Formats: sequence, C-alpha cells, structure tokens
Amino acid sequence: MLEIKGLKVDLEEEEKSILKGVDLTVGAGEVHAIMGPNGSGKSTLSYVLSGKDGYEVTAGSATLDGADLLDMEPEERAAAGLFLAFQYPVEIPGVGNMTFLRTAVNAQRKARGQDELSAGDFLKEVRARAKDLKIDAEMLKRPVNVGFSGGEKKRNEILQMAMLEPKMCILDETDSGLDVDAMKLVSEGVNALRSEGRSFLVITHYQRLLDHIKPDVVHIMSNGRIIKTGGPDLALEVENNGYADLLAEAE
Amino acid sequence: MALPQFKQDATDARLDAVTVPEGAAWLTQARKDAMTRTATMGLPHRRDEYWKYTDPATLVAVDAPAAEVLDDDDAIFSDAKPLTLVFVDGVFDAAASDDLTGENLDIARLAEAGAQDIHWAKDIYGVLELAGQNPVQRPLASLNTATATDGVLIRATGPVDRPVCLRYRRKESGTDAVLHHVVRVEPGAKVTLLETGSAAARLSTVTEVSVADGGEFHHVRQQGRDHGRRMNTHTFARIGEGSVFKSFTLSLNGVLTRNDCVIEMLGDDAVAHVAGACVGDGDGFHHDDTVFITHDALRGESRQVFKKVLRNGAVGVFQGKILVKEGAQKTDGYQISQSLLLDDDSQFLAKPELEIYADDVACSHGSTSGAISEEALFYLRSRGVSEKAATNLLTLAFLAEALEEIADEGLAEDLRDRLAGWLDRHAG
Repeated sequence: MLEIKGLKVDLEEEEKSILKGVDLTVGAGEVHAIMGPNGSGKSTLSYVLSGKDGYEVTAGSATLDGADLLDMEPEERAAAGLFLAFQYPVEIPGVGNMTFLRTAVNAQRKARGQDELSAGDFLKEVRARAKDLKIDAEMLKRPVNVGFSGGEKKRNEILQMAMLEPKMCILDETDSGLDVDAMKLVSEGVNALRSEGRSFLVITHYQRLLDHIKPDVVHIMSNGRIIKTGGPDLALEVENNGYADLLAEAE
Repeated sequence: MALPQFKQDATDARLDAVTVPEGAAWLTQARKDAMTRTATMGLPHRRDEYWKYTDPATLVAVDAPAAEVLDDDDAIFSDAKPLTLVFVDGVFDAAASDDLTGENLDIARLAEAGAQDIHWAKDIYGVLELAGQNPVQRPLASLNTATATDGVLIRATGPVDRPVCLRYRRKESGTDAVLHHVVRVEPGAKVTLLETGSAAARLSTVTEVSVADGGEFHHVRQQGRDHGRRMNTHTFARIGEGSVFKSFTLSLNGVLTRNDCVIEMLGDDAVAHVAGACVGDGDGFHHDDTVFITHDALRGESRQVFKKVLRNGAVGVFQGKILVKEGAQKTDGYQISQSLLLDDDSQFLAKPELEIYADDVACSHGSTSGAISEEALFYLRSRGVSEKAATNLLTLAFLAEALEEIADEGLAEDLRDRLAGWLDRHAG
C-alpha cells in the first residue's frame, strides 16, 4: 500500500533537515502507529505525504500502490486514496460544512471518472455517517470547523474520512485535545472503517489511543528516523519507561 | 469663489457639449437649477478630496471612451418575474418592456411624466440630490439632474409584490446614457427595484429614493458586464420613522465604476443597509464605493458592508462615512470594508470616516486587506478539491457576508451564480 524509502526532507525556508532517511512500509489492511518525542518529525512526515508546501524532499521516495506520491498535487494524492486527519483542523468561515463535504466527495469522484453523487444520495449518506459520530444537523450546517470544540473538530475529520473512503488514512495526533469519551467515539469511528483494503498510519504521543485503535505494527521515530519497529508491546514499553531507554539504545 | 482654471476649462467644455432637455415648467426649472449648481461647483478633478483615489477624468471628458458591447445577461433576475422596463442605449424601449401598471404601483417614464404640469415627483426630483451636495459636493449628480433624458418614476402606495426591474441594454458602442430615477415609498408601502446592464460606454444614473414612515425599499443591482464600460451612479435616500432601506450592488468587469450612496436617516428607528461585492481582474479595473450615511434621529441602525476581490493589478476604493448628528442617540452604526488581494499587483484603498456628535451611540468600523488563507487552501486540496475550485470556494466565502445583506434569497442566489460563473471563467 504505502511504501516510503530513504525519505529525506528539509524545511524549505530554513535549510533545516527534518527527516533524515525514513523507511516505512504499510501493507493493505494494516494499522501502523508512529510514536516519538516532540520534534522527531512525525507531523512533518504526514504533511510531506499529503503534499503541504514548505518542505523540500532531498532524497528518497514515497509511493501509494506503486504511484509516486511526491510527484502529485495534494488533490491528486487525495484522489489516489490518501487522507490526512489534521492535528489542527482548519476553520473556514463562509463555507458550510455540508458544501465542503459535497464539494470534496464530488471532486474525488470526478477525478476517478465516477458520476457525481446526487444531492439526495449525498444527504442520505452524510446523515447516516454523521449519526454514527454523533454529529448533529446543526454541526453540518455551520461553517467548516468554525466554533467547533476540539472534540467536534476531530469527529468532523473522521466524518470526512468516512465520506471520502480513502485507502490510506494518516491520523496526525487525532487524540490531542480529546477527553476520554471523545477519544472513544473517534476511535470507534476509525475502527468502523477498518477493512482489508484500507490501511492506517496513526501518529500519536500516547499509548492511550492505541488501546482503542489496536495497531499491528508500532514504530518509534526520533530525530528524523525510525529507530525501532515492533508489535503493540512496544507502545506499552514507551508508556511505562518513556523514550529515554529507546533513544539511548539507538545511539 | 472662482474655480481653478483647469477645472473651469474642463467644466466649460463638458457643459457646452450637453443640452438640457425640454419638459414641463417644474422639471425645466429643476434642470436649470441643477445646471447652475454644476457650473458653480465645477466638475470633479483628481485634486478633490473625494476623488483622490479615483481619477474622474474619463467621467468628466466631453466624449466617452469607446467600449465593446458584450452580450446582455437576460436571464438574471428572471426567476423573480419582475415588471421589466428596458432601455436600449439609454432610450426606453416600449415594445420590449412590460405595461407600466401594477398593484399598489404608480409608474411612469420621466420623459412622459415630465410633460405634466403637476407630478408627485416634483418634490423629489433634484431635491434629494441637492440635499446630498452638503457637506460633500457631487457635481456629476447635479449634471445628471440637469441633463437626464429619461428614467423611471416609481411610487409604491402599498406592498408591491412584483419587483420592478430596469434592464439597460446596449447596441452601439461609444455612447453616453444619462438616466434619472425617482422612487417614493408611501407610509407602510414596500417595493423592490432591480437594475442590470451596461446601457452605454459611459452611464450616469441618479436614483432619488424617499421612504416614508414604515416604508420599505429594497434595491439589488448587477452592474453592466461590458469590459470597457464606465459608470458613475448616485443613490440619494431620505428615510422616515421605522422605515427600511437596503441596497446591494454586484460589479463584475467594467474599467471604471464609481457608486455614491448618500442616505439621510430622518425618522426614529430606521434601518439603512448598503452593501456591495465586486470582483476585478486586470490593471484596467477600478472600482470605487463612496458612502455617506447621516443619522439624524433616535435608534437608527446602519450597516455598510463592502467586499472586493482584486487581481492582476485591479484597484478597489472604499470611502465610507457615518455621521451621527447631535441628538441621534442610541445610533447603531457598523461599517466593514474588506479586500481579498489575489496577487501582489492589486490595490485596495480605504478611507473609513466616523463623525459623531451624540454621546450614547455604538459605532464600529473595520477595514482589511488580505490574501487567500494558505492553510484553508491546503485543507481543501488535501480533501481532493482542485486548487482553482478551492480558491473559488474561498473567494465566494469571503464575499458571503456582503451577499447576506440581500433580503430575498432568490435574488441572492441569482447573484451568487453570476459570481461563481465569473470565477469559473477567469482562471487565476
């Protein structure tokens, strides 16, 4: 599914190296978690994969089902099946949440050569998905993320993911700013989307989230590299002992 | 006081080239008076305070610069099934127009009514324009009063359900059109006026609106789309107790647009909203909204909401004033002017002014210039929306606050469609 090889990335404006050779392969239907201390490059990896400006790839590659991600515009990556759930979802005053969702769904359908969803079909679909995430009609009408609480914003991200049905989902610290109940709700939303053909890359600081979204593989990232890969136990080890031991081991 | 020579020369040249049309005694007198005050004030020049950001030279010049004729947008406002009056090159076209009758409605052409010795419009024609000359002189308006050949006189005597729509068509290039409209809304009456089209290479309109106590006037216009057209419009309104005045203008294309709006709120608890959205592309585009709202009664609410999207060197101007007279307590005045600059070449010049002589009022104003939010753009693109579609969506979102000022959702939708279509055709 997702294959990252020797990926090196600099910050465009500061000539600062952030990713220093990342290798990562996520198979179809797998859930991988990336943990690591602040500043290790986790969020940068998610931004570079989704095509945000401001980063320069100096070496390596990233492919989704064999297609070169780094060569595509952000919207082409989305159409190819990549989805990033933002750590800080963006507020867009003046654009209704419903309009936003329909525009996105139909843009992707069009890019894939499918017919646009009719207004009726779209409405039915979005209502059903929203209900699962306890998103009410009022939230769908409001401008995108404007005045949403932290939990509402994250649920709205999962709603978009559910509507867009991507193959490869990247969750960038989706647990940040969530209380226990909201985390449970968001996790259930994610788990409902797990399937053989859909993979997840879950970026998080805490093991907590991984109690709800059970990963197949856990990677530890530090200073722009993946320093250790293991099973779910690795996350527990971090929770109990912190990163210090792992970092020392990698030195 | 004598005019400076450069102004005298330009004024003489233009006034020599125009004629004052014939009419009944009252109208002829109003025209002659207007001609006299035009000559005294002199036509505007870049050195005038309120023309600092907009060069009036091509509006003042004897000959109108030529402008190519674009197709008319006949579909706009058609869903509202309005009573339609068509002017072709500034001349009334009876065959293309609806009958001038309607429930609770007196409607006549200036050219015909002006032949009658007594007419209700006598108390308004040139009168509100004259009142609006103080404290800021608007000589192009008095020139219009003096020389307008036609226009529409509308009197609402009760609720008028069917909007009145003025369609300005164009066939010839390189012509002038001068139209002067008068609207009187009787106590408790209500009417909606729509306007669309270019009319001429250079169009001058003056609309004088008198809204009596408890009356309601709604105005929605799409200004002509001809690329090279020039336009200067004046709206003078005098509104009474508990009355409502709402005016919205959409401008696409054109090289020069100057819209003056002067409102006097004379009765308590009156509401006056003026709003506009414009989208300009290219360094030939210059769009100026100049608004002057006077609060002269208790608890008046006024709003000025102007949004401009500018790119490729387009220039936008906003000069907005709120004057709160002594005794106009509990006034609620709001003014916002914002521009979305889509590149580094475009310019937005704003001059917000507040002048307040009452001590218990709430007035606020704001003016901003900004670019499309990179964050929002990336967010949309990461969801699969193309850069262009995302930019257009964010542009429409920026304009939304102004369009929300239109009370009728159907008319608002009509203009939203025009904007979306325009953005779609004009790639970055």
